[in-house]
Amino acid sequence: MPGLSDLMLEGSRVQGHRPAPRAVVDPAVWNFTVGKIAEGHWTLLGLWGEAAAVHMALLDEDAGETAVVSLDCPDGRYPSVAQRHPPALRLERAARDLFGLTPRGLPDMRPWLDHGRWAESDPASQPYDFLPAEGEGLHQVAVGPVHAGIIEPGHFRFTVSGETVVRLEQRFGYAHKGVESLMAGAALTQAARLAGRVSGDSTVAYAFAFARAAEAALGVEPPERAQWLRALMAELERLANHFGDFGAVRNDAAFPLLHAHAAVLRERVLRAADACFGHRFMRDRIVPGGVASDMAAGSTDMLHGLVADLRQRFPKLVELYDKTASLQDRTVGTGIVKPPLARQYGAGGFVGRASGRPFDARRTVGYPPYDALRFDVPVLDRGDVDARVWIRIREAEQSMSLVEQILRGMPGGPIAADLPSRAGEGMALVEGFRGDVLAWIRIGGDGKVARCHLRDPSWFQWPLVEAAVEGNIVADFPLCNKSFNCSYSGHDL
Amino acid sequence: MRKLLLEGLLRRPLTEPAPETEDAALAALAAALERAARRRLGRSLSIREVDAGSCNGCELEIHALNNAFYDVERFGIRFVASPRHADVLLVTGPVTKNMREALARTYNAMPNPKWVVAAGDCALDGGCFAGSYAVVGGVSQVVPVDLHIPGCPPSPTALLKGLLALLESVGSARTHPSTGSG
Ligand code: SF4
Repeated sequence: MPGLSDLMLEGSRVQGHRPAPRAVVDPAVWNFTVGKIAEGHWTLLGLWGEAAAVHMALLDEDAGETAVVSLDCPDGRYPSVAQRHPPALRLERAARDLFGLTPRGLPDMRPWLDHGRWAESDPASQPYDFLPAEGEGLHQVAVGPVHAGIIEPGHFRFTVSGETVVRLEQRFGYAHKGVESLMAGAALTQAARLAGRVSGDSTVAYAFAFARAAEAALGVEPPERAQWLRALMAELERLANHFGDFGAVRNDAAFPLLHAHAAVLRERVLRAADACFGHRFMRDRIVPGGVASDMAAGSTDMLHGLVADLRQRFPKLVELYDKTASLQDRTVGTGIVKPPLARQYGAGGFVGRASGRPFDARRTVGYPPYDALRFDVPVLDRGDVDARVWIRIREAEQSMSLVEQILRGMPGGPIAADLPSRAGEGMALVEGFRGDVLAWIRIGGDGKVARCHLRDPSWFQWPLVEAAVEGNIVADFPLCNKSFNCSYSGHDL
Repeated sequence: MRKLLLEGLLRRPLTEPAPETEDAALAALAAALERAARRRLGRSLSIREVDAGSCNGCELEIHALNNAFYDVERFGIRFVASPRHADVLLVTGPVTKNMREALARTYNAMPNPKWVVAAGDCALDGGCFAGSYAVVGGVSQVVPVDLHIPGCPPSPTALLKGLLALLESVGSARTHPSTGSG
């Protein structure tokens, strides 16, 4: 079985791409690689384009190694990945919208992010052909982009037979802000701010991934203390989101009591974050080179107090969830993602780990300071709403322990390193609460961003929502969807 | 289950004016907002929220208004599902071109009198997304804005203060107040 290092020998190595290698390959090697991905030998981590080239990030899960393969396509055409590996479909449609790259053999040529409204002269929407669904007694229900609740914009087209969902088709792109085009030519500091605004709930994870990719490109190690502070912020962000969603899933199952209590835990974490780092979401605190500011005085004691409080309250909520038969009734066996599908899509985060995929970027690829910390990566294989809830419960427990370990082990010293001005390329994978955020960057000789690509974990999770609701009743969709809690903005970029 | 419910009854509720001045000030703020709504509208305040391409950060803080610390519903501030039931359109995001039409339609579906509050730095002028081919660049480019609440995202407190300022500044009889981005 070839390893990624063997694959790199088949192309021409790009100098200055760190820490993982990148090689420019010919169409034959590109197709060989696609075949290996389709066989499940390697996992597709991302696919993105630029003016005359297309790139794939790959993961060898057993070896914990990553690599990038690139194919030059001066005529804007390349052999489609999705024709043999469906998880690439939306990524290829997006790269076509954004860079005009045409994947030869792409099974679905409809635009994805481009709704035909970007040119000033073209304000009216283009009609979008939803997939046909034919059969007796079928009808369609259209929802969005504006929803009844306080929810991000997106469109869901349900084909139903009676109460049962026969098919769900998603349409996204409503939140597309053109982040990657704004990054091109931007200074690192400005690009870091943009990265932190790709998906607000994961602002720490994005800033973390962007900073690591930029540091890799520049060949800089941030000081140890900065790395530990980053992990502290990342675990606080994970806790806030796991608590908030734990409650929200319960709310969609008509159980507001748990929702209220879980929201209180979330709020406590946000207030603590504000007191320590001066912002409830800790936005713009992680910057290339380190962190922007140190913890406020007294933070260590305050955070120990926070964790002690959470450790007391959270188990009661968990017990309540566990013991309430009417809740379990809604969540057990609902919205199932089978393990082979999660593996094929390389689904990250609790979505993958609830369906038997044991991947966690903190562990499998790894980055400091997690190599010095003890934590479990919980995995289940039932793949239903209940399993996703339990993974998040277990992860919240792990994060509480991580916060304590980080506070105890926090090294002293400086919190930022100087950044040299030099060209380079870098890639990083950081585990956000939702899953692995991929950041890839090319820095030009002027020290500015030449190209940056950010891949939200939702790209490989949203399609699984479509699969999971099939055969469920329409009324279970909000619960099922919330149990994934994919990002619209992170996906639309 | 019972234990938690009982605790919920017996323990001092989180939303009571707490010893922390911050929470006491919040309760006072929300109460003032309720009085202003009654004075101006003769009833409580109904808000329809539209995400016009935000990063979702603003939504998280708007959600927080309903947690037990802020619990704005007890002051009669309700988030409603239909624009037809709303007094205030609360809009977040730089307004993506792909959301422009949906935002305008939601606004048009609201009965008069109606007010628009743009929440968050990017709702003012696009914020750090300004200049993108995919962004209109601010809510006021699409619908008339009565008030802008700054912040990235605005905290729940800032949101409450903003809504209060809106109600204090408008007359009850006008079908549409003066526009401007506050
Ligand atoms: S103002 Fe900030 S938090 Fe709100 S949507 Fe814009 S970038 Fe996100």
